[in-house]
Amino acid sequence: MSATTPSKLEKMLKAGHQAVTSECGPPRGSDAEAIKEKARMIKDHVDAINITDNQTSVTRLCSLAACIHLKLAGLDPILQMVTRDRNRIAIQSDILGAASFDIHNILCLSGDHQSFGDCAAGQNVHDLDSMQLIQTVRHMRDEGKFLGGEDIKRPPSMFVGAAANPFADPYEIRVPRLAKKVAAGVEFIQTQCIFNLDKFERWMGEARDRGLLEKVYILAGLTPLKSAGMAKYMKNRVPGMDVPDEVVARIAGVPKEKQAEEGIKMCIEAIQRLKEVPGVAGFHVMAIEWEEKVPEIVEGGGLYPRPKLD
Amino acid sequence: MRLNYPVHVRIIRVPCTGKVDILHILRAFEKGADGVYLVGCMEGSCFYEQGNFKARKRVEYAQRLLEQVGTGGERVQMFNLTSGEAPKFAQFAREMTERIKTLGPNPAKLAGAASKGPAAGQAAERGAA
Amino acid sequence: MIVANGKPLEEIIGVVKGHRKILVAGCNECVTVCEVGGTKEVGILASALRLHFLNQGVEAQVGETTLQRQCDREYVVGARVTVEPYEIVVSVACGVGCQFMAEEYNKVPVVPGVDTSFMGGALERGVWSERCQGCGTCLLAKTAGICPVSRCAKRVLNGPCGGSTKGKCEISKDVDCAWQLIVDRLSSLGRMEDYEVLTPIKDWSTDRAGGPRMRIKEEVAS
Repeated sequence: MSATTPSKLEKMLKAGHQAVTSECGPPRGSDAEAIKEKARMIKDHVDAINITDNQTSVTRLCSLAACIHLKLAGLDPILQMVTRDRNRIAIQSDILGAASFDIHNILCLSGDHQSFGDCAAGQNVHDLDSMQLIQTVRHMRDEGKFLGGEDIKRPPSMFVGAAANPFADPYEIRVPRLAKKVAAGVEFIQTQCIFNLDKFERWMGEARDRGLLEKVYILAGLTPLKSAGMAKYMKNRVPGMDVPDEVVARIAGVPKEKQAEEGIKMCIEAIQRLKEVPGVAGFHVMAIEWEEKVPEIVEGGGLYPRPKLD
Repeated sequence: MRLNYPVHVRIIRVPCTGKVDILHILRAFEKGADGVYLVGCMEGSCFYEQGNFKARKRVEYAQRLLEQVGTGGERVQMFNLTSGEAPKFAQFAREMTERIKTLGPNPAKLAGAASKGPAAGQAAERGAA
Repeated sequence: MIVANGKPLEEIIGVVKGHRKILVAGCNECVTVCEVGGTKEVGILASALRLHFLNQGVEAQVGETTLQRQCDREYVVGARVTVEPYEIVVSVACGVGCQFMAEEYNKVPVVPGVDTSFMGGALERGVWSERCQGCGTCLLAKTAGICPVSRCAKRVLNGPCGGSTKGKCEISKDVDCAWQLIVDRLSSLGRMEDYEVLTPIKDWSTDRAGGPRMRIKEEVAS
């Protein structure tokens, strides 16, 4: 399969390699050094780097500007874009802005509700939803047109991704929902953090049975746990997260000072197991404020060195 | 039993405390009452099932309102007893009288406006249009 | 109905305190049904205001009236004799009624005594729940009769989002996930195949986004 965009991530996937992506959160200030430093730590171990878009609705340096910093540093960023904060004018405009810097990847999200963040009293936009954002990018890229119908001079060339949560409720529509995103035009999926490997494998099996895995690349999302406390927090407090009791028990079963090490080990084991699951096209490692551990995880998972593309 | 209780208490009989409206309580204060209390059946033994619970909610509402307008929420209280507890009835009357004595008169009377015409404006149009 | 919430008494007192002739004006429609602006609530608010003034030693006249409909010019005009002797009107009708009153009586300030909240219905006595945001293009036929515009915190038209947990919305365990309700209902209607139909990008020009809206029924408008 030949790539349709210059995205390194797309080329890697289409060449049949298991891809590795990771993510960095922009700083709460205008010093870009922090995000550049995070990216430098992981750049040799990943194919592309997601830049989160005001995650958990906390105001930060914008995803687009941070992506530009990485792009100028020679990296391949994935522009995360939430529909919470932009109407269709701003969305199309930001897509063109990103395209003008040859940012070739976008991840289409609805975004956490603003009540979680530092502007709970603010409005949300949600002019489009995440599926409609996927359609919008594909329309701009493939038709070379704005939503309004006019031609775009030099349309964006972006590899289009979205998130999927195999664990959210209601379970019966998890696969139909993926099918819907595929129908909307999504090309790669980064999943929610996987702790319940059995359930993830079941979901993959059902997606495979529906023939979806021939149409979309699934990158399994993994997050190393730092402590038993974090495991419990993820289990009980983070919406749509499925952390099985045995995962919490395992990390809680080792002494506090060894828990971080155990968390990394569990993450590596997950990669090793999921690598063998048919249809797993790669991994998305979300080491939250722990980016320095990404190389160790990627190496431990047997995903390093990264394949060279021609 | 011929029990004594303070003479300052004026009793208004109702078939059930559930009959007492928030407006009855507020108007009493407009007319210069220093305190209002409701004596109902024990919770859970209302003949009409919900009457005294409704009364309690109204009393709590009245307390909030009276607090906000400067009358003071502690001037309203709900009490509960069974029909055989006459001594308790007398005791509630004493308790409430003591409380009001400590609080002093209805601030509206102290402010002097009440004497000029209680519930000024009450005669205004109601339900017109 | 239109559902409103009573404003804090303190706020109302703050607005009317400089006046001596105050009319509390209710409405017999929605706000009566949602127990915030009918004759009863007018009586309570007026009484509370009178007590406030009495406690301040201020002689003030606080009148009470309840219109059949404050959102109907015919009734608003009809209240002229009642309204005009007053210095200020506290309208405990919805924001529509309050404005209709203000439009008619340009010499008398009309201020709201309630915060108008949403269009909804009563789940039980004293409990109201939102159902409609008047987006102007009803989607209910496609969403199994459950409105994602008013009932999803992100008005996601192709939901649910990743925050749906055990049937509840990510913003609160007390809020149902609209898309869980939609899926459940599609399932009970035997129409799960409808779930996979993509809802296209919505035309929001019929929503508030398109500017103030007007409806004219030619058959009856003169």
